[in-house]
Amino acid sequence: MAKVKLAESKINKIKEICASFGNKPGEAINVLHKVQGEFGYLPAEVQEVIAQELNVSVAQIYGIVTFYSFFTMTPKGEFPISVCMGTACYVRGAEKVLDEFKRELKIGVGETTPDGKFSLNCLRCVGACGLAPVVLIGEKVYGRLTPDGVKDILNEYRS
Amino acid sequence: MAKFKMHLLVCGGTGCNASRSQEIAQNLTSSLKDNGLENEVQVILTGCFGFCEKGPIVKVMPDNTFYTEVKPEDATEIIMEHVIKGRKVTRLLYTDPENKQHVADSKHMGFYKKQMRIALRNCGYIDPQNIEEYIGADGYSALAKCLGEMTPEQVINEIKLSGLRGRGGGGFPTGLKWEIASKNHADQKYVVCNADEGDPGAFMDRSILEGDPHTVLEAMAINGFAIGATKGVIYIRAEYPLAINRLLVAIDQAHEYGLLGEDILGSGFNFDIELRYGAGAFVCGEETALIHSMEGQRGEPTFKPPFPAQSGYNKKPTNVNNVETYANIPIIITKGANWFNQIGTEKSKGTKVFALAGQINNVGLIEVPMGITLREIIYEIGGGIKGGREFKAVQTGGPSGGCLTTKHLDTPIDYDNLIAAGSMMGSGGMVVMDETSCMVAIAKFYLEFTVEESCGKCSPCRIGNKRLHEILEKITKGNGTMEDLDNLTNLGRVIKDASLCGLGQTSPNPVLSTIENFYDEYVEHIKDKKCKAGVCKSLMQYVVDQEQCVGCTACARNCPVNAISGEKKMPHFINTELCIKCGACIEKCKFNAISIC
Repeated sequence: MAKVKLAESKINKIKEICASFGNKPGEAINVLHKVQGEFGYLPAEVQEVIAQELNVSVAQIYGIVTFYSFFTMTPKGEFPISVCMGTACYVRGAEKVLDEFKRELKIGVGETTPDGKFSLNCLRCVGACGLAPVVLIGEKVYGRLTPDGVKDILNEYRS
Repeated sequence: MAKFKMHLLVCGGTGCNASRSQEIAQNLTSSLKDNGLENEVQVILTGCFGFCEKGPIVKVMPDNTFYTEVKPEDATEIIMEHVIKGRKVTRLLYTDPENKQHVADSKHMGFYKKQMRIALRNCGYIDPQNIEEYIGADGYSALAKCLGEMTPEQVINEIKLSGLRGRGGGGFPTGLKWEIASKNHADQKYVVCNADEGDPGAFMDRSILEGDPHTVLEAMAINGFAIGATKGVIYIRAEYPLAINRLLVAIDQAHEYGLLGEDILGSGFNFDIELRYGAGAFVCGEETALIHSMEGQRGEPTFKPPFPAQSGYNKKPTNVNNVETYANIPIIITKGANWFNQIGTEKSKGTKVFALAGQINNVGLIEVPMGITLREIIYEIGGGIKGGREFKAVQTGGPSGGCLTTKHLDTPIDYDNLIAAGSMMGSGGMVVMDETSCMVAIAKFYLEFTVEESCGKCSPCRIGNKRLHEILEKITKGNGTMEDLDNLTNLGRVIKDASLCGLGQTSPNPVLSTIENFYDEYVEHIKDKKCKAGVCKSLMQYVVDQEQCVGCTACARNCPVNAISGEKKMPHFINTELCIKCGACIEKCKFNAISIC
């Protein structure tokens, strides 16, 4: 059995969530949703506790976590940036906007800035195609974005 | 209950929501209160009106005035002028782009004229969070009719007779699907609504769920009655928080009114619905993969047969339909199959919702009768290409579909014609492209998506698509050969034939259809090393026009890699070896002296 380095309170929280779903293996995805909602991400230690509680192998939980793009094993930045790369945004220049974010933040897609402030990700269609290209920072939607506007938007969060 | 003289409908769809429509509704409400009108005029936050391009939208009923691009600051003016003085706020009305006239009534707008709203009938008309408004719009009367006057066989026959086909993409006849599920006997059966809309550029299911959640609940209950299922599950993307929230509210309300739960309407029929959350895997749109995901596993498809109708969720007979398919069911029951099957073409009945997007003037959600032509959609509803540029192609069916060109403009759109043209209906994404889109890059864009979303279970899809992507990458970098074109075609055909599920069987479509329709563009990339659209960076060169350049040094100062040199007041030069083709110089040049060739 692998050594779990999590704080006791965190382990109890995970156990509580697993129990609320009856510790059933069939509820694994719901459990992962809930736990990620609680902790922001799903590191290996957390997956081990879940596997133990649901009585399945860690490999199976890891398999699910890595299969679905919604689950992440790395913590996101304080302000997660998601650039929509749906087709509508793509043909209206989303790639150029993404390039500008990469250049401004000096990070690639799926990475977080060293100060933990911003993380950069792509997503597929938020359903606001009328505003293409669209970028989400946290819950806030920025529409009809051009590469020129990127710096100003980042400055809103930098100060 | 208060009786209102006037209603202000504010669009609460995702697009308008992002443009602060909630704030508009709040400001309207408080302005009404300031004027003591809160008992006479009601503000309702509705589902999507569809005309996202001009959002946020506020519609005044009963006079049907359609305000576009409304800002929260405009609320007071709408109340003072329109509501109190009865004068329309002309500056917020839609302007017809052709004759520059203001159009007040949405019925006279080009965008709505040719539309026919069946699945979207309640979106933008009712408050999705209020079951009484749905009931007022004839809601749950179809369920009452089924439970009170019809047998399950009669319900199935009605759906069969209507000619309704699955709107999720495959186009399988819905009535037949129900019949198969009804004939498999088991102690427990399931009805599943597929709301895992993962197609980039399609948001019709989301709009229906957000704008009219009860219609889906009602249809699922009818489905349950028809096949003998007492449990329903909606599998929905976790990325759709607003839709999830509205569904949860709707389910609670339906329980409260005895329209879900035990002994519905005193008929002895029990039916309940729960939600399951998807976690972002495109392949889960495939029935068998979706069912595995519902069971808490990786969403990998399995071989059919057994079909879900025989052995699905928890190994029990399961009927899976898509959101838009369900949205058609209640109205077919109330108005009758013979009303529905008069609409559309011989083999495709009814209407289809499309998400019209891309380089088009009127981006939005549209619902049109089957058999309409692309020309009507693009030029009449869509208002033509943005910036008056030339139409080049339209991509339908998302990553599984293909590109149609000018020669398909007058083809009536239905399931079979689209397949014959090398594309497919898919879930209804329709992305319009003009000459600034490179078709090789578009094919590569979709392949990137498929490679990322392939579940990896079968090798044709896992490895084949990766190879297709590599070849396309090579061509866009300027290293392609004519042999690569043959390899793309051959490999594409093998992947289509040999893949396990719908994702792999359709994934080469964007490549094959662009090779078919834009062969010259591929050849241009390979032989001439040119990308006319100016998208493939590796094939472009930035040059300074020596006659136009005045030597202001703006380009050189802004070049991030110091690739531009030249004396002050003398023409400058770009060192193409250093140039990273970022385009910063073009943006800064005031004399149009830098061009791409």
